[in-house]
Amino acid sequence: MARRPKTRPKLPLPGNNRDAWKDPAQEGNGQVSMREQVKEQTIEAGTGIVGWVDERTGASGFLRGFLFRKVPKGTNWFYTLGSATMFAFLSQAVTGVFLAMYYTPSPTHAYDSVQHITNDVFLGELVRGMHRWGATVMIVLIFLHMGRTFFFGAYKYPRELNWVVGVVLLILTMAMGLTGYLLPFDNRSFWATVVAVNITGTGPILGPYLADFLRAGSEFGGDTLTRFYAIHMLVIPGLIAALIGVHIYLVTKLGTTAPPWLKAELKEPLERERV
Amino acid sequence: MANEGAEKPGSGGNGSPPPNGDGRPSSEPFAPQTMKMAGSYEGETMTRRALFSGGAMAAGGIAGAAIILPAIGFALGPVFEQKEATWKDVGAPGDFRADGYLPRTITLTENVGDAGLTTVYLRRGNPVAFPRERRDEFIAISTRCAHAGCPVRWVNAARRFVCPCHGGVYDFEGKVVGGPPVRPLDRFVTRVRNGQVQVGPRYSVNSQLERFSPRDPGEPLDGLWQYLYPKRVSTPDFN
Repeated sequence: MARRPKTRPKLPLPGNNRDAWKDPAQEGNGQVSMREQVKEQTIEAGTGIVGWVDERTGASGFLRGFLFRKVPKGTNWFYTLGSATMFAFLSQAVTGVFLAMYYTPSPTHAYDSVQHITNDVFLGELVRGMHRWGATVMIVLIFLHMGRTFFFGAYKYPRELNWVVGVVLLILTMAMGLTGYLLPFDNRSFWATVVAVNITGTGPILGPYLADFLRAGSEFGGDTLTRFYAIHMLVIPGLIAALIGVHIYLVTKLGTTAPPWLKAELKEPLERERV
Repeated sequence: MANEGAEKPGSGGNGSPPPNGDGRPSSEPFAPQTMKMAGSYEGETMTRRALFSGGAMAAGGIAGAAIILPAIGFALGPVFEQKEATWKDVGAPGDFRADGYLPRTITLTENVGDAGLTTVYLRRGNPVAFPRERRDEFIAISTRCAHAGCPVRWVNAARRFVCPCHGGVYDFEGKVVGGPPVRPLDRFVTRVRNGQVQVGPRYSVNSQLERFSPRDPGEPLDGLWQYLYPKRVSTPDFN
């Protein structure tokens, strides 16, 4: 049982008692421990940098609104499918950039360079596998995300434009699948691309010209591979990144919808009035 | 209110004509629209601001087009270019019979390795069975299936060309006898030079075996279809 001191300690105010105006940590041995000092300085430096940037960009206001926005009641795991799709895209982008370090988009060297990545490069099999299976994961996730949006009625006013942007993203993702399929340049890649380009050609009037555009000529050639490679790693990823930005901006601006099984909470008098 | 008769200029009070853009009362009840534009002088039909913003947009548009148009042309160029026809030797005329096909591999596209190779089935013309053919001509059938472009093969026992992908079947002349293909197998132009049969450019045929410029697989050529799938600029003219 510690006894309460009879007299209250003097308030540590300047002028009252200068010696009492010190850190409690210093009470013991009279000096701050090294760990405390480093911790204090790190936090100070961190907040200093963040504050410096924030003062010049006003980013914290945006980030607070973006990251801590209100979501409706009933928000559940299905609402994470969009983010999951985006992270699948980011994974594809990162692994794709690194695969490009070893890949050669030439008809005579593409297959060998892919074999080199798979068999010789350190962790090459893993990175190529992540890209190859990640592509399938992304397609699965984007369809689940679209299904969630459809069955929850989240495409309705005022979110129609975001649905349209999402459909364009779906088409672009499938174009990624088409153009990426050719790049290993084995027999399966080659014939799948031949068939896909021929299907493109069966569109009336413009189809034959579209097929010529994809093939860079009337026959499959060396320019076909480089063309597919450029579309796969430069054109479509840029479009997808830009449209994901638009997509997320609209989600943030409009908010998400409650699941359809959640009825709006009506006040009791209003219910009676309706009867 | 007290001094209603003597209105100050610029007050725009009750009963006075509507003010113009400067807030001064106009002498006319309906001042011309141009007078209302901010920053414009009397009689001007365009403000400085409109001129300069229009000019800046036009300059930006021209600069953007100067970059975009060549890039688009660069990407679209191959659609409008026609490659020169190449002729490949496939063997002596005596090698080929009139009652069966022999496969020959030719290079369709140079410098792309195996991807540029294609197999062609060759035989001599057979006027006994097919009156339109001549004894001294050579028939070269393309292995590109007219459905989706898979490689067909000649099955001698069945006397049929069979496609492995979706079950397309063609008879001895290359006409469709089963499956999804929309027209007979394509053919190549042949000629004899220096004692060698040579295979030239590819052409397509309709169900009557009439010649057309080469089309891609999946494009029918009978009736109106030949106009829905027009001849491309990148292919030689055949009809």
